[in-house]
Amino acid sequence: MASQEILREEPSRGSFINDPKVRGIFFQAVVIIVLVALVWWIVQNTIDNLTRLRIASGFGFLRGRAGFDISDSAIAYSSDSTYGRAIVVGFINTLIVAAAGIVTATFIGFILGIGRLSHNWLIRKICMVYVEVFRNIPPLLVIFFWYSGVLSVLPPPRESINLPFGSFLNQRGFYFLRPIWGEGSWLILVALLLGIAMAWFVARKAHQRQMATGQQFPVFWTSTALIIGLPLLAYALSGFPLSFDYPKQSTFNLTGGFQVKPEFLSLYLALSFYTAAFIAEIVRAGIMGVSKGQTEAAGALGLRPGSILRLVVIPQAMRIVIPPLTSQYLNLTKNSSLAIAIGYPDLTATTGTVLNQTGQAIECVLIMMVVYLALSLLTSAIMNVVNARMALVER
Amino acid sequence: MKHIAIGILGAAAFGLMASAASAATLDDVKAKGFIQCGVSTGLAGFSAPDDKGDWQGIDADFCRAVAAAVFGDGTKVKFTPLSAKERFTALQSGEIDILSRNTTWTINRDTALGLNFIGVTYFDGQGFMINAKKLPGVNSALQLSGAAVCVQSGTTTELNLADYFKSNKMEYNPVVFEKLEEVNAAYDAGRCDVYTTDQSGLYGIRLTLGSPADHVVLPEIISKEPLGPAVRQGDDQWYHIVKWTYFALLQAEELGITKANIDEMKASDNPEIKRVLGEEADTKIGTDLGVSNDWVVNIVKAVGNYGEMFERNVGSGSPLKIARGINALWTKGGLQYAPPIR
Repeated sequence: MASQEILREEPSRGSFINDPKVRGIFFQAVVIIVLVALVWWIVQNTIDNLTRLRIASGFGFLRGRAGFDISDSAIAYSSDSTYGRAIVVGFINTLIVAAAGIVTATFIGFILGIGRLSHNWLIRKICMVYVEVFRNIPPLLVIFFWYSGVLSVLPPPRESINLPFGSFLNQRGFYFLRPIWGEGSWLILVALLLGIAMAWFVARKAHQRQMATGQQFPVFWTSTALIIGLPLLAYALSGFPLSFDYPKQSTFNLTGGFQVKPEFLSLYLALSFYTAAFIAEIVRAGIMGVSKGQTEAAGALGLRPGSILRLVVIPQAMRIVIPPLTSQYLNLTKNSSLAIAIGYPDLTATTGTVLNQTGQAIECVLIMMVVYLALSLLTSAIMNVVNARMALVER
Repeated sequence: MKHIAIGILGAAAFGLMASAASAATLDDVKAKGFIQCGVSTGLAGFSAPDDKGDWQGIDADFCRAVAAAVFGDGTKVKFTPLSAKERFTALQSGEIDILSRNTTWTINRDTALGLNFIGVTYFDGQGFMINAKKLPGVNSALQLSGAAVCVQSGTTTELNLADYFKSNKMEYNPVVFEKLEEVNAAYDAGRCDVYTTDQSGLYGIRLTLGSPADHVVLPEIISKEPLGPAVRQGDDQWYHIVKWTYFALLQAEELGITKANIDEMKASDNPEIKRVLGEEADTKIGTDLGVSNDWVVNIVKAVGNYGEMFERNVGSGSPLKIARGINALWTKGGLQYAPPIR
């Protein structure tokens, strides 16, 4: 450090213009002024042009009656709702498909990534073929593959495939029974939460005991018993308040029950399977980034292969995996806008419809851009927190 | 994704458009030497490319008629296929000069969207089509409660559909796509029970399905769909040229001027025919409009009169075989009526 300071050249005292510090500030100021002026000019020009072309502008249109229906809606929505609500419905649909896709893609991706490093030749090759196929196909084609290739060749509603537990599969989607929660069912929820809390507590205690004494405790089975057993007990105690709504055949479709539409299914499956290929490679890179000595040392200590992976390799691999994983999550979220090709009402689709019904192109595109930006920044922020917790703590 | 691209391009265009000097569309069109015409991505009878890649249909021919009026040459048109969602932004941002794309004239589009519709080139109404083989016994739209309905997004069709089912207290399941081809494919694959769009469109689409004979168009017409070309607001001259091209097509039919007899008609003694064809001495009708005085001659030579255009594209001369019905001239009990050219 000290040597560098000595080496640094003293600023010449001659001219003010030649002072690198002043010059730096000057050029930065110029760039900022030019940028602000450019943005200001574009905004002004846009406003001028819209006025001249007599196109209505502003966000007031969001309060207008939408007048169109949306097939999938997580919140109450009808054609009497506002345009603003239609956009929110689309946003929630984007969130649902992105969240579901991220979870599934991570799961499949980890299995594949580990599988690619398997000692078993067949597993290794199958995983390799999967990765090479899916990551070299554009995501839109994967979506079409699921939509046109898989789901639309299913039988029509009148010839639905019967599945166990009163569920059906046909080209209109997957139908299964919907639970109807009767009186006193809040007790079940409380029991479930209690079970989870207790399982967490048990796991913590068991870990402490193992650290202190080396004795192990069957955490998995205890937790399972707590999380499943307690709600079951509550269910019996509150007098079996649960009933089911079964899907039934009607004139056109199956009615009742819970329907997962093929548009959602194909988008969800396509995004999961597509992104999983990339995640698999990231996981493989992460695992290979952990030095071989770690595995050998753990093996020398007598750990079994499963434990080596879980306790030694994966925690270290995660440090390498998480930053690129964040990019994949962002990609998945943004790829969900391809939903428009198969008619899943995500943010892009509903906002696009609003755009066309109202003609408010600039406002609608702006809303979409801001929402996707916010969503991506939020995902990054969450992943940064996870990353910070996983990062190597240097002493 | 394309509509977003157009949306962004449109937004950018509004920003970068020269704001002070708003050049007249006619001058722009003359300078570039052709008319940029927005059409559909392929709707038989209205605007669809034929096997040679040339655009055919009433909407496409209408743009040729305008080109004939402006340039004396009906071929000076370039077509831009647009989805329902893209069409207004494309016109607003100046990407196209005329939107001639089976578009319904509504007050909202005439005001808030900054468009001017020039007239109604085709009076249509929304209908429903079902597969009669799969759904025997359904012969009225009022029996459709609970059905899955395929519809194109961003259309008046989508709005009428919601209104119709709501007012008849019926449930339905919308299956919405952005592009016509996607709706067609989904309906053909059985993703939905019902296809709804303008009735003329249903007849055209039926021809493209796997087995057209299985499908029937239900009798109900649930809305008024006056389809017509639109231009941007704020350029009266261009608006007038496009509007009077439409009236000239009607006037030519009313006077019996056809593609075949146009040259004989020029020698006619009938003062009205002489006036319309620019044969009147010292006429200024064409030049006042901003085109040449033989503009109607050019239009008819390029595409024929309105009746010829209709029969060739959607009527008896086409696979669609749609009857003139309310699209006949007012003299024959229809709604097509042109103010006098004088």
